[in-house]
Amino acid sequence: MKLKLTTLALGAIMAAAPAMAELVFPSLSYRTGPYAANGIPFADGYADYFTLLNERDGGIGGEPIRMIECETGYNTEKGVECYEATKGEGSLVYQPLSTGITYQLIPKVTSDGIPMHSMGYGRTSAKNGEVFRYIFNYPANYWDGASHAIKHILDINDGDISGQKIALVYHNSAYGKEPIRTLEDLAEKHGYELMLLPVDHPGQEQKSQWLQIRRERPDNVIMWGWGVMNQVAIQEAVNIRYPMEDFIGIWWSGSENDVKPAGDGADGYKALTFHNFGTDYPLFEDLQEYVIDAGKAAGAGDQVGTVLYNRGLYAAMLAAEAAKTAQEIHDTAAITPEMMRDGMEALEITEEKMADLGLPNFGPEFKVSCENHGGNGFGAVAQWDASAGDWTMITDYFQSDQEVLAPLIEADSMAYAEEAGIEPGCD
Amino acid sequence: MPEQLLFASEVFLNGLMAGVLYALVALGFVLIYKASGIFNFSQGVMALFAALTLVGIMEGRVPFSHVINATFDTEIHHFGWHVPAFAAILITMGVMVILAYCVQRFIFRHLVGQEPIILFMATIGLAYFLEGVGDLMWGSDIKKLDVGLPQGINTWIDETTFDAFGYGFFIDNLDIYASIIAALLVIVLVLFAQYTKQGRAMRAVADDHQAALSVGISLNFIWIMVWSVAGFVALVAGIMWGTKSGVQFSLSLIALKALPVLMLGGFTSIPGAIVGGLIIGVGEKLFEFAIGPMVGGATENWFAYVLALIFLVFRPQGLFGEKIIERV
Repeated sequence: MKLKLTTLALGAIMAAAPAMAELVFPSLSYRTGPYAANGIPFADGYADYFTLLNERDGGIGGEPIRMIECETGYNTEKGVECYEATKGEGSLVYQPLSTGITYQLIPKVTSDGIPMHSMGYGRTSAKNGEVFRYIFNYPANYWDGASHAIKHILDINDGDISGQKIALVYHNSAYGKEPIRTLEDLAEKHGYELMLLPVDHPGQEQKSQWLQIRRERPDNVIMWGWGVMNQVAIQEAVNIRYPMEDFIGIWWSGSENDVKPAGDGADGYKALTFHNFGTDYPLFEDLQEYVIDAGKAAGAGDQVGTVLYNRGLYAAMLAAEAAKTAQEIHDTAAITPEMMRDGMEALEITEEKMADLGLPNFGPEFKVSCENHGGNGFGAVAQWDASAGDWTMITDYFQSDQEVLAPLIEADSMAYAEEAGIEPGCD
Repeated sequence: MPEQLLFASEVFLNGLMAGVLYALVALGFVLIYKASGIFNFSQGVMALFAALTLVGIMEGRVPFSHVINATFDTEIHHFGWHVPAFAAILITMGVMVILAYCVQRFIFRHLVGQEPIILFMATIGLAYFLEGVGDLMWGSDIKKLDVGLPQGINTWIDETTFDAFGYGFFIDNLDIYASIIAALLVIVLVLFAQYTKQGRAMRAVADDHQAALSVGISLNFIWIMVWSVAGFVALVAGIMWGTKSGVQFSLSLIALKALPVLMLGGFTSIPGAIVGGLIIGVGEKLFEFAIGPMVGGATENWFAYVLALIFLVFRPQGLFGEKIIERV
């Protein structure tokens, strides 16, 4: 009997062994609730990239990938529950796709030693890796976005926007308020007047804000919205005949979902981005062959090539590249979360690497280091073509105003370090 | 006319229009509460479900296509036809009647005589169920809804006010149509309640269930009818709000806009819902215009509730609600 039990136990251990060596990537997704229309394409892109790596390459460095999807409903409490439920599975990196969840998880992942990547969202000052050792926000953050918008407005005004009026229509939440400080500092530098127009959640009723815009006719409107707020804002802008080419949204206000309900009226609307659009890349041919045609696409398989699908795919690609870097650094395929953190901190994305991955000119080049967890702050501007039904990048990638942003990041991260009792450093 | 007064007048008019849209949502709550004493938490989701169904029928989408495709490994999404808006509205109305029957048959028939809080809980369950079914039936992508209602600035008002005051007022065409439709809806509802046999039966049930039963009125039929009418009101609200923002799952949150209207106008009065909607709409817009900039803006959501609470202090039953007198 004893022998039988021992054999069974050994068998169980041996059977479990390959699972232990899997690379676990949790996906905190939201396929339900008011923000599902945005959560679904991102989650599909994220999942499909890992499926592609498993099917085509056998995983990363020979280790198969296991993705655990957990539904957050874009709800912070549920997001934290998902984290608690999945962290024991050997999760290598969290990407919660929610600024609220990111803020809640910052102390938790730091104490648990698991890296978190908030790509284009979350706490901006997490760029300072000396303070936020487990948090990464490359390739761009909200303050980069604010600066990109102003730089673009400067460009189309021959470098002079003094005396102009710029309105910020923002979601009245921690997320929406993120760019205010940066825009105020940039207003001091460039001499424009900043007009702040908060919109309460969820943003279905914005008449007051757009009547004010109609009365005061700002030269440009910048939008920091999410979900229904975006569609209503664009429709209201169309209603008051605000020029679309003077209306710029952050990258979370720049998907097909945001512009399509307004129809032809949305033509010319601009949005910031840190990645390219469409499916005209070699990688998508592999995706078609190994994932879509094989019937292994996530969800309904109908989101391929949309803006948020590409963003999810890009997020997964960056996670996979960091895992590869970690495997090289530690000379092992079976990496731990701590090793993954090292890989993320040593990540360098070059155009050559992107071309090798089948994504030439898809995203900006950047380099991560201990001091800089946010990359180089490059972004671009895209414009919606309503008749063609697609987004087109109308600028090259350009860098944010580091002269203004660096002191802000330093001040905010140091305040956090003091509050949390963190000794900044790279050791 | 001074510039600020002109702006305030424009805000006032837009507040009235917004109030009509709030009232449209509140009307559905009132109808069900009045006839059955149920506070229908799912009214917002019913508006969403109705709008989703309408778009689905108009675009010829196959309901539950994701489930069918995943189960049978097929690629079916559309029937290949488009249904004209008017016909689609009629079909959607039929779906809402079937929904009303199912709600009555499978939920509330089994809960007759239960405490109001139990009935309220059941409507919470119904809300989540409907949201899930809507998602499964039609998918969770954002859908453009175009039933032919015009949107954008009304140029006649713009030009006329510009000629008169030197400042053109902005009034959205969609809001004007919503106001006309809401007015017609209220007239039809009042006529129905006052002058038809079914309407009188509905009022009798609202006054006293037992007495209505004793004279041979079928409670089942009346409640199915009331839920159907509430479904129709939800469809109208769904069309108006869905045209503004596209049909998407946050449409269900419009119910939050109806709560202060109900607190103010009373839960049992159709005119109360309209007047309450107008007061909330105008009040929140004028407050945002006058005080908003001093306190950082975004006052509309909380101010609507503050306004309703102030009214509650003086008239707990709401402006038009029935005064509750309980004798020991």
